[in-house]
Amino acid sequence: MAMTETMTVNMGPQHPSTHGVLQLILELDGEVVRKATPHIGFLHRGVEKLSEYRTYHQTIPLTDRLDYLAPMSNNLAYVLAVEKLLGITEQIPERAKVVRVMLAELTRIKSHLVWLATHALDIGAMTVFLYCFRERERIMDIYEKISGARMTTNYFRVGGLSADLPDGIVEEIRQLIDEMPGHIDTYEGLITGNKIWQKRIMGIGVISAEDAIDVGLSGPALRASGVDWDLRRDDAYSGYEDYDFKVYTSQDCDTWGRYQVRLLEMREACKLIKQAIAKLKPGPVVADLPKVCLPPKQDVVNTIEALIHQFKLISEGFKPEVGEVYQGCENPKGELGFYLVSDGSSHPYRMKIRSPSFVNLQALPQMVVGRMIADVVAIIGTLDIVLGEIDR
Amino acid sequence: MSENAAVGKLKAKFASSVLDVVEFRGETTVTVKKEDVVAICTFLKKEVGYNFLTDLCGVDYLGQTPRFMVVYQLYNIGTKERLRLKVPVEESDATVDTVSGVWSTANWHERECWDLMGISFNNHPDLRRILMAEDWEGHPLRKDYPVQGPGRRPYQGRVS
Amino acid sequence: MGVDQTLGNNVITTTLDKVVNWSRAKSLWPMTFGLACCAIEMMAAGAARFDLDRMGILFRASPRQADLIIIAGTVTKKMLPVIKVVYEQMPEPKYVIAMGACACSGGVFDTYSVVQGIDEALPVDVYVPGCPPRPEGLMFGLQKLQEKIMKEKNSFGASIGVGDRVLEA
Repeated sequence: MAMTETMTVNMGPQHPSTHGVLQLILELDGEVVRKATPHIGFLHRGVEKLSEYRTYHQTIPLTDRLDYLAPMSNNLAYVLAVEKLLGITEQIPERAKVVRVMLAELTRIKSHLVWLATHALDIGAMTVFLYCFRERERIMDIYEKISGARMTTNYFRVGGLSADLPDGIVEEIRQLIDEMPGHIDTYEGLITGNKIWQKRIMGIGVISAEDAIDVGLSGPALRASGVDWDLRRDDAYSGYEDYDFKVYTSQDCDTWGRYQVRLLEMREACKLIKQAIAKLKPGPVVADLPKVCLPPKQDVVNTIEALIHQFKLISEGFKPEVGEVYQGCENPKGELGFYLVSDGSSHPYRMKIRSPSFVNLQALPQMVVGRMIADVVAIIGTLDIVLGEIDR
Repeated sequence: MSENAAVGKLKAKFASSVLDVVEFRGETTVTVKKEDVVAICTFLKKEVGYNFLTDLCGVDYLGQTPRFMVVYQLYNIGTKERLRLKVPVEESDATVDTVSGVWSTANWHERECWDLMGISFNNHPDLRRILMAEDWEGHPLRKDYPVQGPGRRPYQGRVS
Repeated sequence: MGVDQTLGNNVITTTLDKVVNWSRAKSLWPMTFGLACCAIEMMAAGAARFDLDRMGILFRASPRQADLIIIAGTVTKKMLPVIKVVYEQMPEPKYVIAMGACACSGGVFDTYSVVQGIDEALPVDVYVPGCPPRPEGLMFGLQKLQEKIMKEKNSFGASIGVGDRVLEA
């Protein structure tokens, strides 16, 4: 009777393919994984605790650093939660809503580009990495012109935007979006029909729809298991109900399905941005609420009321009513939710961040059982996790 | 509103457990007794259709009794409705029954609640620290834990 | 004042030192140690637009084959023992760059779980501030490290086992 013993291998926090500091303890029987235990917390920075010592405005830069691949989407989710808490969602000006949708979709493309680049790089296709980062540089140039930073943008504010779009940026975005489908065709031409890619992707990381809902998956990972749920359509925010877009699902339930769904989402995001550019009209970008939104700089240096408001808002911050809200947004990785509890003071009493990657990673142990080590890397890539979000 | 329909069904079945119903900014929050939380969650999942547990967290109301609240954000994928469930937990007996048998996503959320808040969950399959190191002492997200950690000068900034 | 060099301080030894320094500086092989957001800017620095390969920099996954570690991102107390183990596995001569505000001094995150600067545990050669620093910023930091390496003395002697490297301030 041959006795087999499993070997425990540590895929440690420092690893080129774990997309950050994730530790996986794998129990292997030869090359086949019998059990995988993720260990997280190597990037726990205490953002939730820190937000209790910051005003609502001062927390916005902290949200940038959660899912650092999609910073504007994080800003949007937080700002919408605070606006819901204050009850001013109806008073956000139209131009601000349209710009928010446009930049959220541009962020979706940016995040999916990094997903594709790192997923392909882990599996071995290095050219895709370089091509995707080339497009990403163009998007980051646009970000820099709009907000001043390539990555940690901190652009949205409670009540609107921090500043209007610079001149000529809409033309630049339009040019990029016109070229984007051609670039996506290039990436697909490199890998979709490639037999090696297909062999490494098809049938890996299978999870059924009931299991996916039970374990809490959301976003493209859930849609690839056949569940038709998208918060942009079902729980619309920031004017998404006025846009015409399709939500793609796949019945494949595996890595190939998720790959297809995300590529289709990138193409759909281009269409959404085109619709947003068509809707863009001149107008104010900040709501007319002197007790909540910062006044324009011209008024601050010329009138006394604006100066006093600016002083109070920066030094003390606005004070919402006592209450609690939850706002969920469709981030590129899934549902990002902010649960804010207010006790009437100028800083959040409790801020809980429901991060999609934290919940998506829970599905990993059941997806890798019975697969080989090389598939573990493919599955981590397809779940599209970001450790900044998992550990907060 | 059909949000109230779910609350109505809940009140009809568990009249003695429902402590409070609040509507704020279009969201419904139901506070229930902690002894019945598993029965209520099973009822909400099977009979009323709340098949998705979006979030589970703890809130520390230092200075009030009960000190802790465990908050469950529920979502019904079929009818696209949200519901919030709150369970008060005393400081002296900081335990709640686990709902990881109802939704398996609760597993990691409850581990995080234990790790950062110190609320332990009965019958949890694997209750150990998840974000802090294994040998960490204290529960960081409690209000009496210093933000810069123990062993440093107290926070010098303004807390309004 | 310099330490008395065992091999002497003449034109042959300084030229040999210069050759060794030049070969070390122009082919730094860092280890992939991206922790958080700065890792993405490090990846962007290595991608096609701000190519790091033209500076001779090749990212190696194993610490045994690397001579530079770029700590890119926030260092937490849970991660610190791992960083120490990895740093000890690197062979001499090794250099450390602290990239980003979090690695230099804790950054925005002055909390219970964040180490306030990696220089509490490792000897840092170059600090690159920013949140995150631009890829050009990282390249400037690498350039400064290259200049620092070029100024080392007795590197040839140290490499053949005679005396130690002297890093002039």
